Amino acid sequence: MRTYGRRVVITGQGAVTPVGLSVQDFWDALLAGRSGVGPIESFDTEGLPVTIAGEVKGFEPTDYMPRTVSRRIDKYAQFAVAAAMQAVEHAKIVVDDANTHRVGVLIGSGYGPTALVQSGTLTLDGRGHRALAPWLSAATSIDCAAGEVALRLGATGPSGAVSTACASGTSAVGEAMRMIQRGDVDAVIAGGADNSITSFDIGSTAMSRALSRRNDDPQRASRPFDKDRDGFVMAAGAGALVLEDAHSAERRGATILAEVVGYGATSDAYHPTAPHPEGLGARRAMQLALDDAGVPASAVDHINAHGTSTTLNDRTEAAAIRRVFGDHAPAIPITSVKSMTGHMIGAAGAVELIATVQTLLTGIVPPTINCDDPEDPGLDFTPHRPRQHDVKVAMSNSFGFAGHNATLVVRRYE
Amino acid sequence: MSKERVLAEFAEIVHEVAGIPVAEVQAGSHLRDDLDIDSLSLVEIMVAVEEKFGVATPDEIAADLETVSAVLDHIERNQPAGVL
Repeated sequence: MRTYGRRVVITGQGAVTPVGLSVQDFWDALLAGRSGVGPIESFDTEGLPVTIAGEVKGFEPTDYMPRTVSRRIDKYAQFAVAAAMQAVEHAKIVVDDANTHRVGVLIGSGYGPTALVQSGTLTLDGRGHRALAPWLSAATSIDCAAGEVALRLGATGPSGAVSTACASGTSAVGEAMRMIQRGDVDAVIAGGADNSITSFDIGSTAMSRALSRRNDDPQRASRPFDKDRDGFVMAAGAGALVLEDAHSAERRGATILAEVVGYGATSDAYHPTAPHPEGLGARRAMQLALDDAGVPASAVDHINAHGTSTTLNDRTEAAAIRRVFGDHAPAIPITSVKSMTGHMIGAAGAVELIATVQTLLTGIVPPTINCDDPEDPGLDFTPHRPRQHDVKVAMSNSFGFAGHNATLVVRRYE
Repeated sequence: MSKERVLAEFAEIVHEVAGIPVAEVQAGSHLRDDLDIDSLSLVEIMVAVEEKFGVATPDEIAADLETVSAVLDHIERNQPAGVL
């Protein structure tokens, strides 16, 4: 049950994804069922077992920051800065002397600045430490994106990174919600970012057997909840949301998009990469989020699933949904937008929460494309085409490597 | 190498590292106040200077370099014989 007095609302959203470089373009692509997966263009994939990914294309960092800043940070952080700037502009929130101490920044990432770490290591090996740029030390840290966002906004409340693998974006939003509920701050720019598409990232994740090898048919490779799935598709991007104390938001006349009402976080403590076979941690995260929201399972109208397209996740997630929602489960339209975006790792949870909010606002559930032969035919995975569906309460799931589970519940603000 | 040539080469380095237009890098420019070069950029610039001119810049010397002309003097004074 609710133990906090303050209500937390979303007043702004920003996204950089493989299917669109703004929330509107991203949302339009989802409703069109468009895949952002293709052959990797950013490096030579010769010899790797996986040669496809959901890369961000056409992104111009200087649209959001000076070149002196963009050249000193990894692309993952550039994406985070861009998404954060979009969200702040959308929220029309001004950070100034009056509120700067009351604004925080939490940007999650699973892998962080992997391209800079890889290129820096190669430079060290080839040319020695004197060839390493002085800014690399700051730029190769997992909190670099959060620090840069705080710096660009002049936000002087608490800032940092939350890292829970594929659940990082969801964890960041959940923890930001708590910061506001506790009264630490009145607003948090929260989200996640990742761009783990280097030869090291693809090579190592392929070795873990988690990636789809459907290299010859990239747009059909990410197929969450479809029986023919063979792994997830690595993708890049960032999502950011402005979370605010509801009173503060109302006082400044903000447009309130949705209310964040529940957060649940658990760990499997079972295996480095595989989920618990009975989805114990996932079930508990969903239940905790419902309890936190103070809503019964029967009140949930929509689930934005983690739905990675791996054999293990989709089976356990579908079973966990059955267990938590019981007889109500078949009536809930479930979607996995990873079918179109691929898996943006630390960005996924934040971007998927944005999709969930768009569903609350528009009454349209985006489809799970490529879901031809559902894992559980009794569940409604919203296959192929978007669906009109009035949604008042929705859940967004993220489950990560190392057994990190995080679930958020959002509600139409009334 | 003529003084003009050293300035032109240095301006190119500053442009590459800090994004400052080459034309703005003048002998009289103050590195921090006029060119907005911060401590991290200065380290990067002086490493590039060492590669380009063969002139090392110990930290205690770098700390005293405040203007473009001070950097140019430093390069001129320390350049290996026969290069100038």
